[in-house]
Amino acid sequence: MNAIYILWLRQLKRYFRSKSRIVGSLGQPLLFLLALSFGFGPIFQKAGGGNYLEFLAPGVIAMGILFTALFSGIEIIWDKQFGFLKETLVAPVTRLRIMIGRTLGGATIALIQGIIVLIIAYFIGFRLSSINLFLAFVFMFLVAIIFTALGTTIASLLEDMQGFQLIMNFLVMPIFFFSGALFPLNDLPRSISLISGANPLTYGVDGLRGALTGVSQFSLGTDLSVLILTSAVLLVLGGYLFSKIEI
Amino acid sequence: MEEEKPIIKVVDLVRKFNEFEAVRGISFEVKHGDVFAFLGPNGAGKTTTIKMLTTLLKPTSGKILINGFDPLTQQDEVRKSFGIVFQDQSLDDELTAYENMEFHAVLYNIPAKLRKKRTEELLKFTELWERRNDLIRSFSGGMRRRLEIARGLLHHPKILFLDEPTLGLDPQTRNHIWEYIKNLNQKEKITVFFTTHYIDEAERSAKKVAIIDHGKIITRGTPDQIKEEAKAKSLEDAFIALTGKEIREEELGAGESMRYNQRLRRRRQA
Repeated sequence: MNAIYILWLRQLKRYFRSKSRIVGSLGQPLLFLLALSFGFGPIFQKAGGGNYLEFLAPGVIAMGILFTALFSGIEIIWDKQFGFLKETLVAPVTRLRIMIGRTLGGATIALIQGIIVLIIAYFIGFRLSSINLFLAFVFMFLVAIIFTALGTTIASLLEDMQGFQLIMNFLVMPIFFFSGALFPLNDLPRSISLISGANPLTYGVDGLRGALTGVSQFSLGTDLSVLILTSAVLLVLGGYLFSKIEI
Repeated sequence: MEEEKPIIKVVDLVRKFNEFEAVRGISFEVKHGDVFAFLGPNGAGKTTTIKMLTTLLKPTSGKILINGFDPLTQQDEVRKSFGIVFQDQSLDDELTAYENMEFHAVLYNIPAKLRKKRTEELLKFTELWERRNDLIRSFSGGMRRRLEIARGLLHHPKILFLDEPTLGLDPQTRNHIWEYIKNLNQKEKITVFFTTHYIDEAERSAKKVAIIDHGKIITRGTPDQIKEEAKAKSLEDAFIALTGKEIREEELGAGESMRYNQRLRRRRQA
């Protein structure tokens, strides 16, 4: 066994032992799926957009991943405050490997969360019209990596949970709303489409939608390249800031 | 007898947090197999020194050798040379005792076979074997401390650092923990470097003592030598005679020192 694996395993064990965390984090995606698909579905259909659930489900799956991934950064602050971080920082393991292990752990949990939302969506009536499940998982995993690394980056800079929570609340909703998860980005005012274009989740949602339903705005190649590039940048940045943590 | 090389060697060690000088040029040596007490009032520079000895903090200047290795250039060798029990607890509450040990063993790259054997041996030694599959959440303060000591020993370190190992424990548990530590020192020939505010514990357990105050070492020697120097009956009286009766502020951590420096800057601007 190696260090990255045991760090990954630790996070999974903690996740599966906290049932309330699993159930609690599914509430919001479920609410979005039910309320929005039944509420806006008929209007969307009348406006010629087609089946709204089919449009919405990939967005809500991405949302489930986004929330879990970003908030996994809180575990670093948690470990800082409750002392466990010191145990890993005096071990003969480089900070980069610690950061990679943690990020993979956080991202795996976010991916599991996304898969659970996908299953829930299926039971509500979401049907996969183009089944490229493998490609879908690739997109889900990239979204998970990006936002776990972003959570790590932010958590490395902060000392307390309240500060982290504040920044997260400030970030999560704009990232989600301007990603094309809820509405198509085609006919938006220029300012908003600029924001969406700079939002990495936009490409995650688009790619996921393309893989699951066969309809996407950008080419899947564009989506993949943007996501891979962003995750590389954030991993380097997060790794750097994590290595600067002093306790 | 052959003169042994010291296992810890510190020369002119300095650590500044911007303007604030926490450690101001200290030098000392710890011999192989010693039980060494590092004493001082709050804010004297104890924790900052331990952090530098254990690679958690870089010195501003000066030289450190741990088991012959330099923490700046041979970080991993230094890290493998010591085990540490921190001042505040550092176990994962959501894992079991056994899992905490396993986590540590894998981080220190101990082969699987040896890992199992050593874990069992140490959990039995600290009388936690029966509770190995329980979550740490259910452990008492004394049990947590024992587990941290067991964990610190997993990778066969040469030195065990203990930063106030008996803080907040009742006299029975404290006694018990010191029994383990002395036992280890004798059986495994492990060097013990510890800090404490219970000066009577240092008097009973330490072979050598150094007292640090305001970032400088003010005296060192055997407990008897220090008592004699201060003309005191107990080490505690000697400690108070040497460091004064004034009450001190807590030592600054990285976060606090940042805030301290911000305050300094603001004051200067005003």
